[in-house]
Amino acid sequence: MLKEYLPILILLIFAFVFAFGILLLSHFVGPRKYSDVKGEPYESGIKPFMDARVRFSVKFYIIAVLFIIFDVEIVFLYPWVVVYKEIVSQGIFIFIEMIVFVVILLIGYFYLWKRGAFEWE
Amino acid sequence: MVDLIIELVIIILKIGIVIGAVMMGVAYMTLAERRLSGFIQDRLGPNRAGPQGLLQPFADGIKLFFKEDFIPDSAEKLLFFIAPGMIFVPALCVIAVIPFGDSLNIFGREIQLRIADVNIGILYIFAIASLGVYGIVLGGWSANNKYTLFGSLRSVAQMISYELALGLSVMGVLMITGSLRLTEVVEVQRSYFFGFIPHWNIFLQPVAFIIFITAAFAETNRLPFDLVEAEQELVGGYHTEYNSMKWGLYFLSEYANVITASAVITTLFFGGWHLPWIEKIPMPQILLELLQIGSFVLKTAFFSIFFIWVRWTFPRFKYNQLMSLGWKVFLPIAILNVLVTGLFYAIFS
Repeated sequence: MLKEYLPILILLIFAFVFAFGILLLSHFVGPRKYSDVKGEPYESGIKPFMDARVRFSVKFYIIAVLFIIFDVEIVFLYPWVVVYKEIVSQGIFIFIEMIVFVVILLIGYFYLWKRGAFEWE
Repeated sequence: MVDLIIELVIIILKIGIVIGAVMMGVAYMTLAERRLSGFIQDRLGPNRAGPQGLLQPFADGIKLFFKEDFIPDSAEKLLFFIAPGMIFVPALCVIAVIPFGDSLNIFGREIQLRIADVNIGILYIFAIASLGVYGIVLGGWSANNKYTLFGSLRSVAQMISYELALGLSVMGVLMITGSLRLTEVVEVQRSYFFGFIPHWNIFLQPVAFIIFITAAFAETNRLPFDLVEAEQELVGGYHTEYNSMKWGLYFLSEYANVITASAVITTLFFGGWHLPWIEKIPMPQILLELLQIGSFVLKTAFFSIFFIWVRWTFPRFKYNQLMSLGWKVFLPIAILNVLVTGLFYAIFS
């Protein structure tokens, strides 16, 4: 069982070495010339004002919360999907069960829609 | 013990070949992108380095290595340095579960043509692919620049929104297969309808295919959904402050993601390595295997080219259009698609 994951582990190690090898190599190979102006953050040629740690729209947080909710629902659906074909041939119960699940999910979904959670003005 | 060593050698060889192929694919996709965009816009594109510009990717790579590796004063140094690595590692690892052929018989040893054959196949792809978000958000935040911050925020919001549609659209295919293992997804597609039309999932799940490929565009941050680096608003988006090979890694990851997405689309909807009608022609086993690998590479290349083609054909969406398309159109349609597929099996069994 765990043996199946051995190649993935090796690939992961390989990818890490590869990625950080490239980063380190380019870090040491390139020339280096420092100047104060170069060190400033880029703002299309204007002198930078304010820090970049600014407040941003709460919408992004809402999207993140909604994603968590729906993603968990999708994870619940996966086992159902995988066994569906076998079990539905013995009876329709599994289908009705899922209709109930999806209807509850959709009630929440349309509530969010009505509250304007998906609106970007 | 000897057996174990041979097995390890085989694994390492497979990893080397697959990653080598992906990196070569990435290198030549950058060239293909520039040449094709040239042809689409009625100009030539880079054609100086080598015949038809074939050495251009290597010239670019060497140039990037010898650029100054500069970190802005205001940046969080450590995070700024590792963020490109954090997007590149998942981009390389996703390809591991995709079968690129059936199995080769060399020296009496059966070699499965995939790096790993795990039973959670498709979930592994989604799990690892979404880790790429961290590279983008950390890179954008740590540069301490307003453009990069907003670029990375947009990117994350877009990627997680479309991940839902992506996850739901695959369910129809999994319902047909009854397994998450990608080997079995391909296996099911090897039969024929009426004896001659290949049993590819595209014919059974066209709606899922359209949702999946569109969501894949959003996931890879490619035009028409490249709000992340909308030049007019955000300069270069989340990698504005990056240069030399650190920028190069973001660039390579984007193309590696496109190739992986193409390979996943091929596997899920276009029969993977299955080359239709070829089994009926008698030929040596090894030739058949090579043809099948060739057909997988060809299909993947086709979709990669398709990504480029779309990029230079469609204008960019607005951000509110992008979000409402994902949440208000694709999400309900994808749920409906699952239910309709379920209803179909409920009636016909």
